[in-house]
Amino acid sequence: MSAVLQPETAEQALEAVQGAVAEARPLEVVGRASKRGLGRPIENATRLALDRLSGISLYEPEELVLSAGPGTVLSEIEALLAQRRQQLVFEPPDFGPLLGGDNGQGTLGGLLACNLAGPRRIKAGAARDHFLGFKAISGRGEAFKSGGRVVKNVTGYDLSKLLAGSYGTLAAFTDLTVKVLPAPEKTRTVLVYGLADDAAMTAMATAAGGASEPTALAHLPGDVARQSAVTYVAGAGGAVTAMRLEGPGPSVSHRCAALRTMMGEYGDTEELHGHNSETFWREIRDVTYFVAGSNQVWRLSVAPAQGAAVIGRIRQELDCRFFYDWAGGLIWLALAARADAGADIIRRSVAVTGGHATLVRADAAIRATVPPFHPPPAAVAALSARIKASFDPLGLLNPGRMTAADLPPAGEAG
Amino acid sequence: MQMPAPDQSVLARRGRLAAALRRIVPGEGVIEDRAALRAFECDGLTAYRQPPMLAVLPETVEQVSAVLRYCHEQGVKVVPRGAGTSLSGGALPLADGVLLGMGRFNRILDIDYDNRCVVAQPGVTNLGITQAVETAGYYYAPDPSSQIACSIGGNVAENSGGVHCLKYGLTTNNLLGLECVLIDGEVIRIGGRHFDSEGYDLLGLLTGSEGLLGVITEVTVRILPKPETARGLLVGFQDLEAAGNCVAEIIGAGVIPAGMEMMDRPAIHAAEAFAHSGYPLDVEALLIIELDGSAIEVDHLSGIVRQIADDAGAVSVKVSADEAERLAFWAGRKAAFPAVGRISPDYYCMDGTIPRHQLTRVLTRIATLSEQYGLRVANVFHAGDGNLHPLILYDANVEDELERAEAFGSDILKLCVEVGGVLTGEHGVGVEKRDLMGAMFDEADLNQQQRVKCAFDPAGLLNPGKVFPTLHRCAELGRMHVKAGALPFPDLPRF
Repeated sequence: MSAVLQPETAEQALEAVQGAVAEARPLEVVGRASKRGLGRPIENATRLALDRLSGISLYEPEELVLSAGPGTVLSEIEALLAQRRQQLVFEPPDFGPLLGGDNGQGTLGGLLACNLAGPRRIKAGAARDHFLGFKAISGRGEAFKSGGRVVKNVTGYDLSKLLAGSYGTLAAFTDLTVKVLPAPEKTRTVLVYGLADDAAMTAMATAAGGASEPTALAHLPGDVARQSAVTYVAGAGGAVTAMRLEGPGPSVSHRCAALRTMMGEYGDTEELHGHNSETFWREIRDVTYFVAGSNQVWRLSVAPAQGAAVIGRIRQELDCRFFYDWAGGLIWLALAARADAGADIIRRSVAVTGGHATLVRADAAIRATVPPFHPPPAAVAALSARIKASFDPLGLLNPGRMTAADLPPAGEAG
Repeated sequence: MQMPAPDQSVLARRGRLAAALRRIVPGEGVIEDRAALRAFECDGLTAYRQPPMLAVLPETVEQVSAVLRYCHEQGVKVVPRGAGTSLSGGALPLADGVLLGMGRFNRILDIDYDNRCVVAQPGVTNLGITQAVETAGYYYAPDPSSQIACSIGGNVAENSGGVHCLKYGLTTNNLLGLECVLIDGEVIRIGGRHFDSEGYDLLGLLTGSEGLLGVITEVTVRILPKPETARGLLVGFQDLEAAGNCVAEIIGAGVIPAGMEMMDRPAIHAAEAFAHSGYPLDVEALLIIELDGSAIEVDHLSGIVRQIADDAGAVSVKVSADEAERLAFWAGRKAAFPAVGRISPDYYCMDGTIPRHQLTRVLTRIATLSEQYGLRVANVFHAGDGNLHPLILYDANVEDELERAEAFGSDILKLCVEVGGVLTGEHGVGVEKRDLMGAMFDEADLNQQQRVKCAFDPAGLLNPGKVFPTLHRCAELGRMHVKAGALPFPDLPRF
């Protein structure tokens, strides 16, 4: 269906949803649709694009809060924050190129709807942890709000958390408030060369448990490291383990020296400064290494210390490329396209010690048959379906985006 | 405080219910004796008291599940309780309800340094988690003032904060996994030792749900390496506005201290008399600022903060010389509530959050209200995040003082909302702020929250009478007025 509804005000958005409710007509809710390829494809729905609900309505640096429309482009927010040396501390990734589009298209609404976070997740949390409040329209066609515009609030259920990562299946955002934080004054990245995966997990755990306070910990096997635009990484001739330190200048220099001494026991070390460090962590954040080609791409969240073991199990059955972020707790994995996307092997391997696997990139036909999101246990799935119904009893918002279970049975599509 | 009317048909079956519950939790685990039940009649909000119909103290998740399933079948209300330290009446029993005490779930199940997390039963105290890992150099960051007594399960139910949550977050930001039992007895496990959930963020939803959605039976929390150094600064000001400006300048300069607390003159004097922390007594406002990290970082930040404080007009600055002095600085603040309790027969602790730049306006108005109501007030304030704790001093033995204190309190909270803030920053809504929810939320907002409740507990048996000012039947909340056509998939439950 080609129809696109593009409201310019929250009132128009409300009318659009109410119109869809009156006709029991499904809506595909998007911002600028840059992450439309994430999740199950949606068919036969009218597109509700929120990109014109844009603009920053409130920014109070001393209060650490910012409010904006869901269609506000992230780069606009980041540019304003940078003027006051602040940032979205959870390091929003830009999956545009990974999902076959352009970079710089992501919106605040899309970011929160997908609950994304970059390498600083281990220190600073994900988008959900900085999502303070919203106004939205439920699938019942009712405008409602939750949370607030202050950083500390426990009034009522924390529906911001519930809506973060709900992929637009519960409500369409019309206004969002997030917490912002100071940007670090200085950044250094310590590189450790030549570690096997197991040793890298131990080295990263040692760093995470020590006094150096790393804000990012990643490990790249040699074949992935070779692809980096940073010479110190690409030219390493083998695996590279990276540890980022941030903070006030004197503190970072001191911790960097201490960490290099500590890591000297594991292998040769090097350090990245300013631009190189920034480039490297952007590559990790945006999964740049897996952009080219037609590989299917998976994102695995596991207990950090088990990262290498999970990969060990998968590689017994599946030929793949991979790298680790989040001290081993986030694995990006690429494999040559298969009809089953390796889902069973990957999810079985994750299940041994717990976690979840998301099929981030695959053809629409594959994403329609292989569940892109890790199927939850039956009791959680049933509860999730009841929660979905509490916001969207007709199943109109992004039907089937997260699970085929919330689609109407065949032959009864609205 | 109006609570749901007791169900006489349930009260009439009290003896039979007790016998049936005793088959699930044998021996001392079911309390029927009316004198013994008085031990559970209130939580930390002592103004409201109501002994439960029965108390059940299970020891295993199977027992919790069976108790809930049975109560669900029998249409009996259940109120979960951790350590009973809630300041908002979240664990206030119901006359016709079962009080489900989780105190026997008091074991730490696993300490996993490799993944930097602890798995604990919900009755373990907040401080108990830190104590279990501190020899290895770790700690659990959220530190509510009641941390020696409050339970980790209760912390999850209330999304507890503490003086360090400015830098390290609330409970919700430090939680990785939960096991939880729904009212129908279903046991669900969410999260684990990994980050972020695979579907809807039920972990985030359950945190701070005040015991209305499920009973927590296991908790997995993150632990952090203890900072190498921590240093406290006591900074005194001749007026509250200057202190407020100092806080804004520090954050504006890009410094997020581990904690940043403010006290007004009455609070300073009460705390100093109680704890002898070395607070200056000749100032109108006192900031306690804690900086942590590597020694070099703390030195560096102390210099920046001192400069800002001087520029903001600080009249006294004291830097902790050692760990004992730093802890002494905190001892006064952490004892502020009991300290105020010594200068007044009773006190009522409020918990609104405001945008910090509204501080002067709010405190001026509180002073006016204080005169109007004829009740003294002391203010302690998590200055970094705008969470204000006015302590209203009253004497419950004086006719109508409690009523005046409550009216004063609700004026303060409405004021917080009016200036762009919220009713509760960390203590929860409970029964205390229930009837004020309408000041912050309209009917559509509250109805959607209650629909979420219906998804967990359609019969409304789990902790009813808390959080929501008006209870609607789930069927009524779920009704939709669809103009055209039938509902597309009729077998889905609708709420």
